[in-house]
Amino acid sequence: MANTDKQVNELIKREYEHGFVTEIEADTFEPGLNEEVIRRLSAIKNEPEFMLEWRLKAFRKWLEMDEPEWAHVHYPKIDYQSISYYSAPKRPEDMPQSLDEVDPELLRTYEKLGIPLHERAALAGVAVDAVFDSVSVATTFKEPLAKAGVIFCSISEAVQEHPELIKKYLGSVVPAGDNFYAGLNAATFSDGTFVYVPKGVRCPMELSTYFRINAANTGQFERTLIIAEAGSYVSYLEGCTAPMRDENQLHAAVVELVAMDDAQIKYSTVQNWYPGDENGKGGIYNFVTKRGAAIGKNSKISWTQVETGSAITWKYPSCILRGENSVGEFYSVALTNNYQQADTGTKMIHLGKNTSSTIISKGISAGHSSNAYRGLVKFGPGAEGARNFTQCDSLLIGDRSAAHTFPYIESKNKGAILEHEATTSKVSDEQMFLCRQRGIDPEQAVSMIVNGFCKEVFKELPMEFAVEAGKLLEVSLEGSVG
Amino acid sequence: MLSIKNLHASVEGKEILKGINLEIKAGEIHAIMGPNGSGKSTLSQVLAGNEAFEVTDGEVLMDGNNLLDLATEERAREGVFLAFQYPVEIPGVSNMQFLRTAVNALRHHRGEDEMNAAEFMKLARETSKQVDLDPSFLKRGVNEGFSGGEKKRNEILQALLLKPRLAILDETDSGLDIDALKVVADGVNALKSEDRAVLMVTHYQRLLNHIVPDYVHVLADGRIVKSGGPELAFELEERGYGWLGINEAVAS
Ligand SMILES: Nc1ncnc2c1ncn2[C@@H]1O[C@H](COP(=O)(O)OP(=O)(O)OP(=O)(O)O)[C@@H](O)[C@H]1O
Ligand SMILES: [Mg+2]
Repeated sequence: MANTDKQVNELIKREYEHGFVTEIEADTFEPGLNEEVIRRLSAIKNEPEFMLEWRLKAFRKWLEMDEPEWAHVHYPKIDYQSISYYSAPKRPEDMPQSLDEVDPELLRTYEKLGIPLHERAALAGVAVDAVFDSVSVATTFKEPLAKAGVIFCSISEAVQEHPELIKKYLGSVVPAGDNFYAGLNAATFSDGTFVYVPKGVRCPMELSTYFRINAANTGQFERTLIIAEAGSYVSYLEGCTAPMRDENQLHAAVVELVAMDDAQIKYSTVQNWYPGDENGKGGIYNFVTKRGAAIGKNSKISWTQVETGSAITWKYPSCILRGENSVGEFYSVALTNNYQQADTGTKMIHLGKNTSSTIISKGISAGHSSNAYRGLVKFGPGAEGARNFTQCDSLLIGDRSAAHTFPYIESKNKGAILEHEATTSKVSDEQMFLCRQRGIDPEQAVSMIVNGFCKEVFKELPMEFAVEAGKLLEVSLEGSVG
Repeated sequence: MLSIKNLHASVEGKEILKGINLEIKAGEIHAIMGPNGSGKSTLSQVLAGNEAFEVTDGEVLMDGNNLLDLATEERAREGVFLAFQYPVEIPGVSNMQFLRTAVNALRHHRGEDEMNAAEFMKLARETSKQVDLDPSFLKRGVNEGFSGGEKKRNEILQALLLKPRLAILDETDSGLDIDALKVVADGVNALKSEDRAVLMVTHYQRLLNHIVPDYVHVLADGRIVKSGGPELAFELEERGYGWLGINEAVAS
C-alpha cells in the first residue's frame, strides 16, 4: 500500500517536471506561484467563490508591489518562485510514533523550558493520537467556549462556517495591498486561527494551550483574525516557548484584531523559531504584519511579545486607535544572539479623541547580532487630547552586538502629548563581577540581569508564560558569555 | 587559612600591588589602612578574582590551595566574600532573587538542597532586620536607588546570608552615620567566628572602637609598610601616615 502511494507520488512528480498540470491532489505543490496555483490551493481547501476572488485580487496586487528594503536587516534576495505554496498536513504514520524517535537535543530544551510533559510529545510532532486524547482537548476547551458563544476555530473552518464574518472582517485591518508580505499572505495563506467573541462576553479562558498543541501545524503563511464585539474581552497567546523546527525558511503571517466599544483584546506572542546556528547559517525569516483596530469607544488592544527566535524578524504590531478614549499598548522584548537580526517595533495611529498609547520596548543584543526598534507614533487631526508614552531600552551583551532606535513621530494635532524615553546600557563587567563574586554562574548571571531588564514586559504576560519566557531567555542566551 | 606571598598585580599595564605578604588565620580579624590610591581595593579585588586586574607574580593560598587558579565564582563558593567599596546596581533584579540565587549557588556547591522561595524569604527578612534594613529593600532591585549607607548595610546582609570563610570588607564603614556604623560593626562582630577570618579595609579608627582587630596593617604604594596590633590604628589616627615615610599628597 505504502509502496503504491510512493509510486503514484513519483509519477505525479515526474509529470510536474514535464510541465503538465494535473487535477490530482498532491501532498505538496511544486514550487512556484501563479494564478493557477492559487486556484488549486483554494480548490483543495474547498473555499467558496468569494474567497478565491479575494485571493486572486490580492495576488494581482502583490505582483505590482516591491519588497521593502528599508528595514535594518540584510539577507539574500528571496526567490518567491522557488517556494512551494501548499503542503498537506503530515499523516500520522509519517510522524514520529513516540518521544524515543525525537531528537534528544530538542527534548533537552523542552525540559530546560519546563514545558509540561504531556505537551512535549505534541510539540515534537509525535503523532497526536499516540500521545494526546484529542477528544479531551475538544471537551476541555471547546465546550466552555461554545457555551459562552465564543467561536474559536481554524480560519479555513471559519471560511466555511462563518463566511459572513470573514467577508466583513478579513482584510479590514490589514488590506491585501498593505505591504508586500501582507499581499503575499492574502494570496496564499495556508491556515490560521479565527476568534469571535460575542457582545458582552468575557472569554472564559486564555486562548493559548489549545494553540500550543496545534502550533506545530500552523504553516508558513498563517492568518489570524480576532473580533471582539462590544464589551467583550479575550486574551490570546500565540506561539510557544518551545523551539520550532520548520523546513519553511520564509514565514509571512498576518494578524488582524478588531475591537468594538469597550472591548479588550490582549494578544501575547512568544516567538522562538529556529534562529540559525552560531555562525548565522540557516534560520527562519519572520516577516509579519500584525495590526489591531480599536474601532469602538473605550476599546483597548494590547500587544505583548517576546521575540527570541528567527534569523530575521521584521514585525511591527500596531494599533489604529479610532474609537474615542481607545487605548493601545505595546510591550516588547526582542532578544538577538549570534548573527540574528531583528527590526521590530510598533505603530500607534491616534485618530480618535483622547486616545492613549504606551510603548515599552526592551531590546537585547548579544553575539554579533543586530537589534533595531522602529516605532511610529502618529496623531491625526481628530486626536484631540491624545497621548503617548514611549520607553525604549536597549541592552548590549559583549561588544560585537548592535542596537538601533528609529522613533518616528508625525503629529497633525497640537494638543497631543508625547513622552519619549530611551536608554542604552550594557551588562557591565562590574555587574557580572558582583554576581560571580556571590558564587553565581556567569551564564545564570547574564540571564538574571537580562530578566531584570525585561521585568516590565514580562509582567504583562499571562502568568505561566512569564515563567517560561524567563527560562527562554536563559536558553537563548546560551553561549553569549565568555 | 589565607597566605599571600609576594603578590604583584597590575591594571592596564600599571603595577599597583608591588609584593604583598600577609598571613591570616581562621578566627582573626585584620584591618588594612593606608592612604587613598595605595592599593587596598586592588588587593581586595585581586583576592576575589576580578579579571580586570592581572596578577604578575606571587601566590595566594587558601587552606593550602592555590586561590589564583580558581574562577571568581569558584572562589566565592570556597568561601571568599567581598563587600564592595562601591556596590553596583542591577536594575530590575530583585534583591531577594539575587540573594536566593547566590545562597543556592553556594548550597548547590556544598551538595545541599536548594532553599525554596518561602524558606528563603523568612531567612532573608530576619537577617535584613539584623542590619536594620526594612524588608521592603528585599523587593527592590539590587542596590537600585539605595543610599550609600543602605548599600553598605546590604553588603553586610549578603555576608551574613552567605556565611563566608573569608570576608573581605572594603570600606564598609565609609559614608555611614553613627547608628549605621554601629549596625555594620555589629554585623561584622556577628560574622566573627572560630573558623572565619575577616579582612577589613578602613580609613577610620572609629570603626575599630566597635570591632577589635587582631592586626592592623598599613598599605602604601602597593606594599605593606607596617603591621601591628590595634594600637597602631590609634597611632595612625593621631599622627597620619607621614611618620611612616609615606608622602600622603603624592599617594592620593
Ligand atoms: N581599573 C583601573 N584602571 C586604572 N587604574 C586603576 C584601576 N583600578 C585601580 N587603579 C589605580 O590603582 C591605584 C590603587 O587603587 P585602589 O582603588 O586599590 O586604591 P585604594 O587604596 O583602595 O584607595 P581608596 O582609599 O581611595 O579607596 C590607584 O592609583 C587607582 O587609580
Ligand atoms: Mg578603595
